[in-house]
Amino acid sequence: MDLGNPKFFERMEVIKSMINALNELKVGDSGVVVSYKGKGSLRKHLMEMGFVRGANVEVQRVAPLGDPIEVKVKGYSISLRKEEAQYIEIEIA
Amino acid sequence: MEKIRIALAGNPNVGKSTLFNSLTGMRQHVGNWPGKTVEYKEGTFNYDEYEIEVIDLPGNYSLTAYSMEEIVSRDYIVDEHPDVIVNIVEAANLERNLYLTVQMMELGANLVLALNMNKAADEKGFKIDVDKLSQLLGIPVVRIEAVDDTGREELLKSILEVSKSPNNVIDRVEYGSEIDEHIEQLEKLVKEDISEVDAPSSWTALKLLEDDSEVVEKIRESGRGQRVLSEAKKIRGHLNNIFGDDADAAITDARYGFIAGLIQESVKKPKIDKVTRSDLIDRIVTHKYWGIPIFLLIMWITFQITFTIGAPFQDLIDAGMGMLGDAVSAGLGEGFLTSFLVDGLIGGVGGVIVFIPPIFLLFFLLALLEDSGYLARAAFVMDRFMHKTIGLHGKSFIPMILGFGCAVPGIMATRTLENERDRFLTMLIVPFMSCSARLPVYTLIIAAFFVAYQGTVLFSLYLLGIVVAVIIAAIFKNTIFKGKSAPFVMELPPYRRPTLKGSLIHMWERGVLFLRKMGTIILGVSILIWALSSLPIGVEYASQDSVTGQIGTTIAPVFAPLGFGEWQAAVAVFYGFLAKEVVVSTFGILYGVGEEASDEPDPSEEASSGEAPTEEASAEPASGEEVAAQEASGEEAAPEEEAAPEEEEEVAPEEDQGFISAIQGLFTPLSAYAFLVFVLLYIPCLATLAAIKRETNSWRWPAFSAAYTFVVAYIVSFIVYQGGSLLGFA
Repeated sequence: MDLGNPKFFERMEVIKSMINALNELKVGDSGVVVSYKGKGSLRKHLMEMGFVRGANVEVQRVAPLGDPIEVKVKGYSISLRKEEAQYIEIEIA
Repeated sequence: MEKIRIALAGNPNVGKSTLFNSLTGMRQHVGNWPGKTVEYKEGTFNYDEYEIEVIDLPGNYSLTAYSMEEIVSRDYIVDEHPDVIVNIVEAANLERNLYLTVQMMELGANLVLALNMNKAADEKGFKIDVDKLSQLLGIPVVRIEAVDDTGREELLKSILEVSKSPNNVIDRVEYGSEIDEHIEQLEKLVKEDISEVDAPSSWTALKLLEDDSEVVEKIRESGRGQRVLSEAKKIRGHLNNIFGDDADAAITDARYGFIAGLIQESVKKPKIDKVTRSDLIDRIVTHKYWGIPIFLLIMWITFQITFTIGAPFQDLIDAGMGMLGDAVSAGLGEGFLTSFLVDGLIGGVGGVIVFIPPIFLLFFLLALLEDSGYLARAAFVMDRFMHKTIGLHGKSFIPMILGFGCAVPGIMATRTLENERDRFLTMLIVPFMSCSARLPVYTLIIAAFFVAYQGTVLFSLYLLGIVVAVIIAAIFKNTIFKGKSAPFVMELPPYRRPTLKGSLIHMWERGVLFLRKMGTIILGVSILIWALSSLPIGVEYASQDSVTGQIGTTIAPVFAPLGFGEWQAAVAVFYGFLAKEVVVSTFGILYGVGEEASDEPDPSEEASSGEAPTEEASAEPASGEEVAAQEASGEEAAPEEEAAPEEEEEVAPEEDQGFISAIQGLFTPLSAYAFLVFVLLYIPCLATLAAIKRETNSWRWPAFSAAYTFVVAYIVSFIVYQGGSLLGFA
């Protein structure tokens, strides 16, 4: 990590812009879980269902009324509401 | 014969029930875990000189204390020490499935891994090295196909083997050196201070690092855990600094890391994801425009099959019970004993078994929907609507739709909801869906007062029921069910062909459970009400002199502010508790309609012929819905059977001018409407309350349901009557 290099912060900006909350992803988008904002039992549950750091995710579908969404993670399909997905941060591949 | 106790564990939707059914066949028993609403299933079978007792643990993704199911499973493993735990995992979904396996290894469970659905995994291109996996995990791994008994023999052999020489895998899971080290450190303290705890000390240490509320609480209660708890807290802080995150998140990461290592070495995943059959089906059934119409169509078919196909069978039961009653009457003659047998006993039994057709059909269909995987999609499609309007889970839609046929199957369908809060809330509002048993009451009152506005009045009542349900749900959500609504984190399993055997077994065990648990309640109360109607001895059944008549007379003034303070209305409301359509036949008796056909009128006798089935007093809410609508002969359960030539001409109550004018004398149009509103909303019928008792495993909820619906009905009817009066209606 070379903080003296002016390009470093530029790169940081680029990386930051690639990170999105899971609910912002469109159908067909995929990426990797980088972090989870917030605490509590929901977070634990989501992690146990496979949303751990580094896990690949892909948004497969959105329900007819716009919510919930279907996501592929750890090789299986799971649905969650957008309000629950907003805490999961994804680096888009 | 030696006994072995095994437990089945696994994620939901991996074929656990199928394996359970295939092992135990019909030798199984379904109930509840003591004091819990979680279902308990056990069964036995014999194998090679052993009697093997099987407990089917709830389907879980994990053994955290996230849900009641998880706690129940965990406590069972810790406290009951089953000889062997068979962990069923889905071959094509190993990574997530092994998460539970790892947690059971932490608990020191004596495991056999049953790798299920290998054919499907092969088709998808998975190559699993079973020996390697077994070696890495340290437990036997057996390939099975639960649907067709493939691998059954080998599985049973493995079970016997590990029951004799248990495998020791407790230290096999690795979390990385940092965490491993601290677990060891804490484990020592646990061993020193609280060695009497049943669970393995390494597991207790691990749970303390995860800050598991249940375990922390247990240790606090033991009174000797101060040192352990404070040390755990210190380590958690330390780990938090290192990982920049909570220790429990780091541990979850580490478990998945351990699993990723296993998979790396033993499974070859397909390179490219093929478009699966499930995916193709989902493109249609969750389609932006087609998804909802398809869902509604499937609901409509479910409704039709449950109630329409069930109806003729219910009519047959009705007719059969009627004939039995007649035979008894003919054999014994009139008298107290006959009345008890016919009106009390046969009526009560009829009131129970008349529910068999719709309930068996419903459970068969629910099993098909659930096992095929569609139920999860239905919830997916409807969730936003249900969540926005009443704050419930998408799955709540199905019980509510069924409620329009009959609340009893509606209540029983709530068991597809995993979350207890959602389940109870749904149970409390399902009875507001206007069921088919209310239709005869509407038909009668409409014939007397609202012939010109038939459609409007009917529609307004159905709509009112829905509106009240939405309002009540909103109120309960912010009061007794306060707190965040359940998350909609739900697996969408691949579509699978449901097996006929599985669905039939499911239907059978539910049906029998219904008969055993609810049947006794319905029968008991039916007999009680018969007694109240027949006492004091010598009184005319259900007349004003009987105990019920006196009760009606006493409570009648309570209803005066609603516009129907006459004792007849109060008695009708009282009997309506047995089943709502009985309101009509009660009026029939009280106004002496049909006396020409029967010497001893009673509310169970129809207004029409003496041959009529006599058990109506005890209910057949679900039946005759279509019939009632088409022929406008609501209180006739079995018009077909009775259409046969008979001596007396049949007159439906709403076509009987004498009856109609009697009703017109009792109400004004306004008070009649208030009465309809009251009948729609007040106390769910006896069978519904019995279903709530059964599903919640407590008397509290049915009692609450009865009390609050009475209050709601009273308030709404009051507003209708008093408001209408103020506006100048009469």
